[in-house]
Amino acid sequence: MAFVEYTGIEKINGPIVMLKGVEGIGYDEVVEVIPDGKDPDSKPRLGRAIMISNDAIMVQVFAGTEGLIPAVSSARFLGHPLEITLSPSILGRTFDGLGRPLDGSGPVYSDIKRNINGSPMNPMARVYPRDFINTGFSSIDVLMTLIRGQKLPIFSGNGLPHNQLAIQIASQARLVGDENFAVVFAGVGIKHDDAAAFSAALSSRGTNLVLFQNLADDPVIERIATPRYALTAAEYLAFDLGMHVLVIITDITSYCEALRELSVSRGEIPSRKGYPSYLYSDLASLYERAGVLKDKKGSITFLPILTMPNDDITNPVPDQTGFITEGQIVLSRELDARGIYPPIDPLPSLSRLMKDGIGKGYTREDHPSVSSQLFACYSRVQEVKALAEVVGADELGDDDKAYLAFGETFEKTYVTQAKDENRDIAQSLDMSWRLLASLPVTALTRISMEDMEKYIKPNQDSEKQGGGVNKAAPAGK
Amino acid sequence: MSEKTNGVITMVNGPVVRASGLSRFAMRELVRVGDLGLTGEILQMDGDDGVIQVYEDTTGIKLGEPVVGLGRPLSVCLGPGLMGHIIDGIGRPLDRLMEAEGGFLSRGTKLDPIDMEHVWEVTPLCKTGDVVSEGMQLASIKETELIENRVIVPRGVSGEVESIVAEGYYKTTDVVARVKGIDGRVTPVMMFHYWPVRSPRPYKERLLPNEPLITGQRVIDGLFPISKGGVAAIPGGFGTGKTVTQHQLAKWSDAKVVVYIGCGERGNEMTQVLEEFPSLEDPYSKKPLMERTILIANTSNMPVAAREASIYTGITIAEYYRDMGYDVAMMADSTSRWAEALRELSGRLGDIPAEEGFPAYLATRLAEFYERAGKVRTLGDKTASISVIGAVSPPGGDFTEPMTRHTKRFIRCFWALDASLAHARHFPAISWMDSYSEYASEVEDWYHEHVDPTWASLRNETRAILAEDDTVQQTIRLMGEDVLPDSQRLIALTASLLKNAYLQQNSFSDDSFCPPEKGVTIMKMILDFHNQAKKLVSEGCPLSLIRKMNELIELTHVREMSADNKSGFESLSKRISERLAKIGSERLASADGEVA
Repeated sequence: MAFVEYTGIEKINGPIVMLKGVEGIGYDEVVEVIPDGKDPDSKPRLGRAIMISNDAIMVQVFAGTEGLIPAVSSARFLGHPLEITLSPSILGRTFDGLGRPLDGSGPVYSDIKRNINGSPMNPMARVYPRDFINTGFSSIDVLMTLIRGQKLPIFSGNGLPHNQLAIQIASQARLVGDENFAVVFAGVGIKHDDAAAFSAALSSRGTNLVLFQNLADDPVIERIATPRYALTAAEYLAFDLGMHVLVIITDITSYCEALRELSVSRGEIPSRKGYPSYLYSDLASLYERAGVLKDKKGSITFLPILTMPNDDITNPVPDQTGFITEGQIVLSRELDARGIYPPIDPLPSLSRLMKDGIGKGYTREDHPSVSSQLFACYSRVQEVKALAEVVGADELGDDDKAYLAFGETFEKTYVTQAKDENRDIAQSLDMSWRLLASLPVTALTRISMEDMEKYIKPNQDSEKQGGGVNKAAPAGK
Repeated sequence: MSEKTNGVITMVNGPVVRASGLSRFAMRELVRVGDLGLTGEILQMDGDDGVIQVYEDTTGIKLGEPVVGLGRPLSVCLGPGLMGHIIDGIGRPLDRLMEAEGGFLSRGTKLDPIDMEHVWEVTPLCKTGDVVSEGMQLASIKETELIENRVIVPRGVSGEVESIVAEGYYKTTDVVARVKGIDGRVTPVMMFHYWPVRSPRPYKERLLPNEPLITGQRVIDGLFPISKGGVAAIPGGFGTGKTVTQHQLAKWSDAKVVVYIGCGERGNEMTQVLEEFPSLEDPYSKKPLMERTILIANTSNMPVAAREASIYTGITIAEYYRDMGYDVAMMADSTSRWAEALRELSGRLGDIPAEEGFPAYLATRLAEFYERAGKVRTLGDKTASISVIGAVSPPGGDFTEPMTRHTKRFIRCFWALDASLAHARHFPAISWMDSYSEYASEVEDWYHEHVDPTWASLRNETRAILAEDDTVQQTIRLMGEDVLPDSQRLIALTASLLKNAYLQQNSFSDDSFCPPEKGVTIMKMILDFHNQAKKLVSEGCPLSLIRKMNELIELTHVREMSADNKSGFESLSKRISERLAKIGSERLASADGEVA
């Protein structure tokens, strides 16, 4: 292979190395920095040219610059951007943060090499995602429905069970035959234990799994590339092999911090909280790779997980994410503290794609109105709770007391699920109606007069006959 | 001007490229960068050197590669064939790109936004010998079922029509007419021309925007109306429904032409429009909505520099159709992404930042952009307008950030989206307390003449009740409803009726589009109820009696009724009033009984 090689580094600053300018170098090209050019055993470090000019070339070194000696180090330009080698044999494999095998099974051999940055999808070529995924969680399926091809992040906090939730979604959410379903998991700056837990939980259930791991003690700058390796692999599985791929990347906050570190080293003008001004564009280049394409069989559904620093949803990482992704699942520390699993807070959570993927012909005709009504009522529960704290629950009017009871049942029996409980959508919807039937009719402003007759009446009648919320009483069938 | 080929690349830093040998290039000239021929624009000149902003991904571009000047600024090709299609931020046709390259966008493609080979049905609108001037219409082209495209006399041309084609079918590149100037120079006029996107197209004069743009959304049409030619902003944090509101406006507003710009937003949202609009019917013409819509897509993962340009491409296309005499509505989703693109580029150019890293010229650029909207008399003496509705995405939902603040200075209609309404799934989540419209008084006369002579007073009364309710709710939150006197509880009751039956609108039901007449009817019914109930309460009738009436449940659901069901509205209104009268007389009777 023809490549440019030369000796001598001008300047080192954090993860960035400056070389003298030379012609023939391409922007964003891969560079191997060799700590000691004269020593054939010296292990090359991977980097890329992030700025090129006649005066200087700026190289970002993934493994860091520790131990580089400017006088003897050399650099080799490989003439292409970062690439990943792909073949069907990547299924079941584990790679490090830069796509190198970690499982001792040797490298992947194939002619298919892809630029990890990918290319933007033409909006014209996309298919608007409409296929419902039954995750088995009532709260997700009814209130923030996951759609195949969607990007739906989990906004969490340190210590909350986001990994457990992601694993359970991944193992319950198979829409089609197993051999057509794959999970691509990328751990970005995650703890060894978490990585092991993921790997064990998913592979033991026989899922087609591809793992990329940049662990907490791996080089920070590597993290900028890890999600891109994972997504490029996912694109290959989905659009070349026709698989339905679920991509889980955790933790996006670590990724953004790496981006910030690099940006500061480059001396760029920081935007909010020191993050670079292109944080939005950069995150978009990851998230927007989810989707469904015309003339292609597969799909990429993307569940990024991020821990909100200080549980602050206005922090730039969750904030910019929310502007790009198609909704969010927000976990609540308060619910978690009360022993509710999954601690999903429905009010700030949202699925933007659900409106077109639910209802008649998709899930069930009553789904849109029942979900809207649950939101309205649960939102009212919060107001009543706040009032009860001031005046005391005993002082509340009858309607308000009904709301409090509703809220309690909603959280304890509806949101709460066992760690292996997989609820069917019809089951979840029927539960919803039974919950709503406990409220006064005047509260149900989002239910049409027609649905009121069809779903609320039978439930109220059965309640009068002694059938409680938890007892099975098929509604609306 | 011919192509210049002396440029040589000396630096690449993301979308910013530096080159030397540009001394004969013009500032803001369009260039082709590198061996791939990426599209770029010159932003700075310094002697022989220049800084170029590149509209495509620069990966792999090498030092020493050439820069070629095209001799014109960044322009968009205007002609028939834009309508119903989707182009990217610098005017490339995404539909034909897909045919050529497949599902992913590649680089260096040079395709005109319109199909030059297409054959159009042309009807002449003038005859040989007519004296014409700039902006006058020469011929009409059937662009879609809904839109007649016009060939107009180009900028700076006037004189006598020397030749004009006969009615028939012609290719986009055919000459439609020749105009002979006083100096004897003959200008051939074709169906298409190029226009530099950063220069506003001229018009004769600005007019007062006194006609409302009907949007079919009750909270907008009834409380915070926008004029044809008006400018509005929709700010809101993520998940508050900016895009859904923009889509609703694109679907139901009574503009003749809609230009929808997806600027740095989600790819699937554009796909949704592409899939949905061809099957949706325009409520006014009963033709597919796509026949009047142009989409400009520069999604968040497409190159950032083209995002900056997309807003200008969009408004230039809007002006093109305005000049044919149409009322155009343009939605820009989101202007914040445009500002961020500006910030990113300015950072790479080394500008000294003002607030939060934004360049100091942010406000100037915003003003320039919003001022291109308006109601005008065109050069061809037609009354036409461009209304601009810009979404704003404040980080963290904080309305004090620079972009929202500056936007507020240049718009006259502010639809603030409220996160707590969105969380309760109250849509559209437009806050009735924080929003405002300066057009309300200007469109009053139109409403009085065309919809209802009491429109303004109904609007004022509604707003007063909602404002009073805001204070009442604060008390309720602190002490509960029971401590309030009935008169205040009635305010809360009426406000809740307004919120449920008037302000909310389900965009997935038949109620998605609400004609202004239906909106006014609902508003009237609720206010009539309020005033009658208020009288009863003041006479000592307990509110609990009124609250129990079954008709209130029907009133809460009144928006589900079809707009055509006039007798349904009338009957409910009558029953409410009769019931209240009955409650009053029974109460009176029993009170008399007690006295006796």
